[in-house]
Amino acid sequence: MSAQITEDLVTIEVDGQPVQARKGAMLIDVTDAAGVYIPRFCYHKKLTVAANCRMCLVEVERAPKPQPACATPVMDGMKVFTKSPKAISGQQATMEFLLINHPLDCPICDQGGECELQDLALGYGSAVSQFTERKRVVRDKNIGPLVQTDMTRCIHCTRCVRFGEEIAGLRELGATGRGEDMEIGTYVAQAMVSELSGNVIDLCPVGALTSKPYRYSARAWELQQHDAVAIHDCVGSNVHVHAKGQVLKRVVPMENEGINETWISDRDRFSYQGLRHEDRLLTPRIKENGAWRECDWETALVTLEAAVTEPGKSNRLGALAAPSSTCEEMFLLQRFVRGLGSANVDHRLRQHDFSGDSSEPRFPSLGFAFSELEQADTIVIVGGYPRHDQPLINHRLRKAALRGAQVIAIDSLHQEYNFDLSAQLAVAPSALVAILGAVTRAVVERATGAGGALAQFTPRAEATRLAELIAAGQKILVVLGNRAQMHAERSRLFSLAATLVQSLNGRSGQLTDGANAAGAWLAGAVPHRGPGGREAGAIGYCAARMLTTPLDAYLLLGFEPDRDCSAPATAVATLVQAKFVAALTAFTSPTLEQVAHLLLPIASFGENEGSLVNASGAWQTFVPAVKAPGSARAAWKILRALGDRCGLPGFTAVTCADITTELKALCGIPRVEPLNPRPLPGGHANAAPGIEPRLELVVQVPLNRTDSLVRRASALQQMPQVGDEGVHLSPATLATLKLQDQAQVLLNVGGADVSAIAMSDSSVPDGCCLIYATTNLGTQLTTAATVTVRGAGGTR
Amino acid sequence: MSATDTQVLSSHACAVIDEWIAKYPPEQKRSAVLAALREVQHENHGFLTTELMDAVANYLGLARIAVYEVASFYSMFETKPVGHHSISVCTNISCMLRGGDEMLAHVEKRLGIKVGGSTSDGKCYLKPEEECLAACAGAPMMMIDHIYYENLTTEKIDQILAKLT
Repeated sequence: MSAQITEDLVTIEVDGQPVQARKGAMLIDVTDAAGVYIPRFCYHKKLTVAANCRMCLVEVERAPKPQPACATPVMDGMKVFTKSPKAISGQQATMEFLLINHPLDCPICDQGGECELQDLALGYGSAVSQFTERKRVVRDKNIGPLVQTDMTRCIHCTRCVRFGEEIAGLRELGATGRGEDMEIGTYVAQAMVSELSGNVIDLCPVGALTSKPYRYSARAWELQQHDAVAIHDCVGSNVHVHAKGQVLKRVVPMENEGINETWISDRDRFSYQGLRHEDRLLTPRIKENGAWRECDWETALVTLEAAVTEPGKSNRLGALAAPSSTCEEMFLLQRFVRGLGSANVDHRLRQHDFSGDSSEPRFPSLGFAFSELEQADTIVIVGGYPRHDQPLINHRLRKAALRGAQVIAIDSLHQEYNFDLSAQLAVAPSALVAILGAVTRAVVERATGAGGALAQFTPRAEATRLAELIAAGQKILVVLGNRAQMHAERSRLFSLAATLVQSLNGRSGQLTDGANAAGAWLAGAVPHRGPGGREAGAIGYCAARMLTTPLDAYLLLGFEPDRDCSAPATAVATLVQAKFVAALTAFTSPTLEQVAHLLLPIASFGENEGSLVNASGAWQTFVPAVKAPGSARAAWKILRALGDRCGLPGFTAVTCADITTELKALCGIPRVEPLNPRPLPGGHANAAPGIEPRLELVVQVPLNRTDSLVRRASALQQMPQVGDEGVHLSPATLATLKLQDQAQVLLNVGGADVSAIAMSDSSVPDGCCLIYATTNLGTQLTTAATVTVRGAGGTR
Repeated sequence: MSATDTQVLSSHACAVIDEWIAKYPPEQKRSAVLAALREVQHENHGFLTTELMDAVANYLGLARIAVYEVASFYSMFETKPVGHHSISVCTNISCMLRGGDEMLAHVEKRLGIKVGGSTSDGKCYLKPEEECLAACAGAPMMMIDHIYYENLTTEKIDQILAKLT
């Protein structure tokens, strides 16, 4: 590995054929590119070279012994023989050694049928082993609810160890012991906690690491493979879903270098478990005199039609869609609502500040390809935790940081990253604007000398330091994350970020909630713009307004009002007052049964068809892998039937692809745009202090709680990244409030007092209070941006 | 390094580790791991605990598992509690030819333990043989706490063992 890879091309000869290769490239990369197969176990193109399995031995002319292709750099004129007697005998000898200790338990091994060792043993193994001594046995480790271990099967390729160190950024697995006693494990019993841990299942060439949720439930040859797009974040990872009959059995990554490379997050891998949850809605249900009963689709659609077309009530209809709904669903939803004369349609369920609506780009995006994150030398993350919000974006940030880029986080929580940040600042939400303002002012003053509207921001030492760091960069990216999207002064943050990059010749972009916020804008699921970003005739209510001002009737698509909105308690209280609420949902819940009058079962992940637009503007289409259970239907079909029944124009599409085609024609080729520079809106005065000390609220959506499907995936719910029911306060805030860690407290979030447990958490800025969204405590949140916490006596 | 590490590691151990760290380039201070473990094991009367290994990992800025890997790989590190005098009786070829096996049997009988065991008073640990200890000229031989005792007889062994405190 001493030779540097250069752009100089050399010519080598592989099995008699001349092959061009870059000087210093590893032989196995060159032969792979040339389509010449060399067997391997430890080599993986995304991991460093270990050369410890020796399976890729090939004969190189003038080399005395066979050479491992994964660790042999190519040289001009090199002659390589991959199938010569010397190469084959080397490979066969390696295989014999690998099989010495490998158990013959393929019939009961989950990897059986898709095992690299099994496959290669067929080609290179001998039917008879010379080894007659006892095989070793290794105790299995419990490394958490996602990955099952059978360590006796391990062949010590160390792919999982290298993955942990190089990709996940968590060095938890290692090879302890020596010689025959060497074992792969964590040494001390502990679970593997990473947002990407499931990838070791794919990496493991044998059955040592397999999927725990999938265990013993199917055989590889019984599965049908379908392509799909993951629906839990705005990366839109490409996946293969594997179905046995009509049951979705597992999800594995599909390689797409520009999006998810070869990885997927655990959330995308294991969320399918939620599909079979007992909450799954299988038939339409209607509430009559306060009691729910099942009904047929005809009854459901007649009821819905009657409720939304009531004369004179047309503009009193509101439609809200989950930001992970498909483009087609949102396109039909807005057409339906607008067709009935209303313009109240939105998907931004967690957004508070809508004052910047008119200056938004045509659709929200990062503004550049994901791979460009790796090429930047300075990346500023404002308000957000990509590691949990978009794990694979965080992976790109980590790659950038390891390459030497400086990554700076400015947020309201001191979050833990799996790489070294160059600077990290955590301030109260109300101070976030002031900090970003001061940074922007310092940067602009360095560049042009005049601050203009930025003069309102007081210079701060820490901001000046950050400004110096940022301005030192050549390729600067500023990314607004999910917490910036939820910020009470979102528009000011966005304006500042745009100004900041403008003066630095950098670029800016945003990461969004859900899998399809970009598609929602393109489809016109916003109250002020129609499909393709056209100005809408009438401007309707935004999500926050629809969920605070009761309308007569609501259509809810694919979300739970008590878990997926910024102010769940307010949302529920508002919906309860509506005359009619219909929810198109895959799952029922007590709250949905409380607020809704009609529940319509829809297809979920793997059952649905349509398209999603990710944060790099990639428009990705998918088709169903399995049928939706019971009488659940794809939401686009329900909406089409509904529009058709109401006599509205534009609801005649026969296939989902027809709708995609129509929408794409309206949108043209979606071109990613940076944040628009816009005038800096004025700030609103901070809330006057009440009688009691008020704490600013910081909300985090936990990694494994993002949507109704993930929340019902049982293995993911056993992971630690699901939030908790605590009120997280900094040690200093606890001291100010004269509270102990674990104290019983009464929390006031703008309504009645709620009893909760205070937790000491040094990641929270002083004077703030972290509550995890989607938890039971999170459902109590209202539109109030501040809360009070006082002792209730006693500790847990 | 946090406050807890300096509590776990003695100030002397920290000083020794620092001395070793100074021998390597700053970005390769992981190279001091063997010396650090040796010192820490010595101060802990012959074996390492997970707590000590974690403290060394933190002190050197290494992942904990990286320290466990090193400690479990090298036979001179003990990762389970053992008696504080480490006794190795050589039974490799030269010693075998000169009565090494009888010497080992005698040590086992005197201490009342088998190879790999420790006496119940925690004084002696009879370490499993790894390789020839390279003192063939004085076979049969044994090593106690890094000191070689050569040309052993059963009487000589009794005297040596009697002197162990």
